[in-house]
Amino acid sequence: MTNEFVLEAITREFPESVLSHDTPYDFLTLEIKKEDIKKVIHHLKDSSLQINFLTDICGIHYPETPEKEIGVIYHLHNMMTNFRIRLKTFMTRENAEVDSMTDLYAGANWMERETFDFYGIKFKGHPDLRVILNMEDLGYHPMLKEYRLEDGTRTDKDDKMFGR
Amino acid sequence: MSDNKPVIRMDAEAPEGFEGEGFFATKLSSVIGMARKFSLWPLPFATSCCGIEFMATLNPTFDASRFGMERNSFSPRQADMLMVCGTISKKLGPVLKQVYTQMAEPKWVIAVGACASSGGIFDSYSVLQGIDRIIPVDVYVPGCPPRPEQIIEGVMQVQALCESESIRRRDLPEYQQLLASYDIN
Repeated sequence: MTNEFVLEAITREFPESVLSHDTPYDFLTLEIKKEDIKKVIHHLKDSSLQINFLTDICGIHYPETPEKEIGVIYHLHNMMTNFRIRLKTFMTRENAEVDSMTDLYAGANWMERETFDFYGIKFKGHPDLRVILNMEDLGYHPMLKEYRLEDGTRTDKDDKMFGR
Repeated sequence: MSDNKPVIRMDAEAPEGFEGEGFFATKLSSVIGMARKFSLWPLPFATSCCGIEFMATLNPTFDASRFGMERNSFSPRQADMLMVCGTISKKLGPVLKQVYTQMAEPKWVIAVGACASSGGIFDSYSVLQGIDRIIPVDVYVPGCPPRPEQIIEGVMQVQALCESESIRRRDLPEYQQLLASYDIN
C-alpha cells in the first residue's frame, strides 16, 4: 500500500469529504470534513484497505485561526502492511463537537474522554464523556491556551529568579 | 568518614527539673515532650525523586532509626509525622488531605523538597503549588531533591518542635483556627 494508492482510494470514495491532503515526512495526512469523519474512518476500517487499528485520537488548538480553531486528529494503522495514515478535522470553537468513534473502536472511549478533558471537545454518542485525567472540579480545559500557565496566586515565586 | 568510630551518646540532655539523691522531679509536659521527640513515627508519602532521597535516609549510611523513628508506617494509623516527599498533583491533593485528617493528634508535617513546598519547577495546571494549600506544614525542607542530611535536619526541627510545644497543642484556639482555615476539624 502506497500513499498515492490510499489517497486515490479515499478521494474516489469520498470526493466531497477530503478538503486537503499532504505527505509530511512521507506520512499521508488528510483533512476531512467534520460531518464525514466517521464515515471515512468506518470505510477505512471495513473496506479492503483494512486500516483497522486506531492508534490515537487527540485534539489541537489554534487560537489564531478562528474558523479552524479546534481540531481532532486521528492516527490509523494497517497492521498487516504497516501502513499509517493521519486524518484531521477542524471546527470552530463554538461548534466543538464531533462524532464519537466508540462504536467503531472500543479504544476510542478513553482517548475521547482525554480529548474532552484537555480541549473541551464534545463527542456525539460517547457513552460516558467525563473528565478522565484531571481532577473533576478543575473548572477548565487545560490545553486551551486561555489561562495563565503559572499559578498567579503564589506570591513567593519571583520571576526574576527563574529567568523569565 | 569511614575512619570515624561510631560514638554512641547515652547522655542526651535531661529536661529541666529538681534532682536529688534517688529522685528527679520535672514537669509532665517536659517528659511527654521528650518521649514524643524520640518516638516519632513517620508516614512517608513519597511520589517522586524526593521519595528516593528519603529512602536513602533510611538506609544504614544515614540511619534515620537512630532518631527513634525505627519503623515507617504506610498507614495513618499510629503515625504522627507525615513526610510528603515529592510532587503532589491537584488530583492527588484530596488523597493527601484525607491521609492527614486520618492521622491522630499530635501530628506534624514535613514538606520535603521544592515540589511539596511550593510546586517546584512545575508551574502548571496539574500541580499543586505547595502542600500548604491543603494541609498545615510544620517544617519545609529545601532542595531538589534534598540530600538525606537535609531531611534529617528537617526531622530534628520537628523534634525540637515536639519537645518545646504545648502537649495540648490541639486545644489551642490558634491551632483550631489554623485547622479550620484548611477546612479540617
